[in-house]
Amino acid sequence: MLVSIYRYNPQTDDKPVMRDIEVEIPGGKDLMILDVLELAKRKDSSIAYRRSCREGVCGSDGMNMNGRNGLACITPLSDTVKPGQKLVLRPLPGLPVIRDLVVDMSIFYKQYEKVKPYLINDEPPPTIERLQSPEDRAQLDGLYECILCACCSTNCPSFWWNPDKFIGPAGLLQAYRFLADSRDTATAERLAGLNDPFSVFRCRGVMSCAAVCPKGLNPTRAIGHIRAMLIRQGT
Amino acid sequence: MVSRVTNLGRSGLFHWLVQRFSAVILGAYMLCILGSTLLSPEMDYAHWQAVFDSNLMRVFSLITLLALCAHAWIGMWTVSTDYLTDLQLGTRATFIRLLFQAGCALLIAVYMLWGIQILWSI
Ligand code: SF4
Ligand code: SF4
Ligand code: FES
Repeated sequence: MLVSIYRYNPQTDDKPVMRDIEVEIPGGKDLMILDVLELAKRKDSSIAYRRSCREGVCGSDGMNMNGRNGLACITPLSDTVKPGQKLVLRPLPGLPVIRDLVVDMSIFYKQYEKVKPYLINDEPPPTIERLQSPEDRAQLDGLYECILCACCSTNCPSFWWNPDKFIGPAGLLQAYRFLADSRDTATAERLAGLNDPFSVFRCRGVMSCAAVCPKGLNPTRAIGHIRAMLIRQGT
Repeated sequence: MVSRVTNLGRSGLFHWLVQRFSAVILGAYMLCILGSTLLSPEMDYAHWQAVFDSNLMRVFSLITLLALCAHAWIGMWTVSTDYLTDLQLGTRATFIRLLFQAGCALLIAVYMLWGIQILWSI
């Protein structure tokens, strides 16, 4: 099978190119895209990409496969290409490329940092732990599972235009994760930090983020909840 | 927190609410005009003038005009801060963006004053 891979080494290349490589796909089973990449790397060891857990847990192999963002390790080849088609692999769109499929995620992490992704509670800590009712705990479902793979934010047009000002779907999902936490006492400060025209309100509700999240999460819904909290607090 | 002078010192929530409210006003006005046109098949100049002569219609028209101007300003400001950025245009971006925003503001102001003058001359 022909695999077309985005190749770019800033130290030696003027500009990126798509380079084809022929990979023999063993019959009898469906491979994941990451397996195909490993086979390609056996032929050309200079191909650079990130991966670690190979089971959709670490979030390091987010990339664009035939136009769709996802984790290469849990994306089946059969879902990505029709027989006879080329497999086209590109880095996550919108972020600076370090080399080939490896992108610089600094700005993504900076936006994550902005939402203070940790529990803030100024009450004196109890002797053992802060308890939560099962109902309160259930509020965090669909939020805490995020693995920060950046598939969503790099699929979001608003994040492409303003990656330095719009927090983006991944960061906002985590912002809501702590707004929704019954143990967190910084709700008002958190909301005050989000109420400018960029951080939250650049979301246009297109749902490109939810369409690609490999963990099946829905940042658009979380953003809607944040907006509703801002309206309740601000009107 | 990201703030800018040209967002008129307001919050994103304020922008968002103005965009939604003004859209509702614009929609209602359009339905109103469409209705009054359809309900009177013998529409002529005298009739048209009579519609706009009532104070209620005048106030409604004025509110709609203001809603349109606010809607247009927030919309154009958003467009300019999405596409006319350092990322797209490099170091000239601020100058180009300000020029564009000034042009929009001037156009919208002229439009508003002119609209008020038209409304009060009927
Ligand atoms: S929300 Fe989904 S796509 Fe976005 S970073 Fe988290 S796991 Fe990845
Ligand atoms: S719904 Fe909002 S956050 Fe998600 S892709 Fe669209 S603009 Fe981005
Ligand atoms: S290698 Fe860890 S998520 Fe794919």
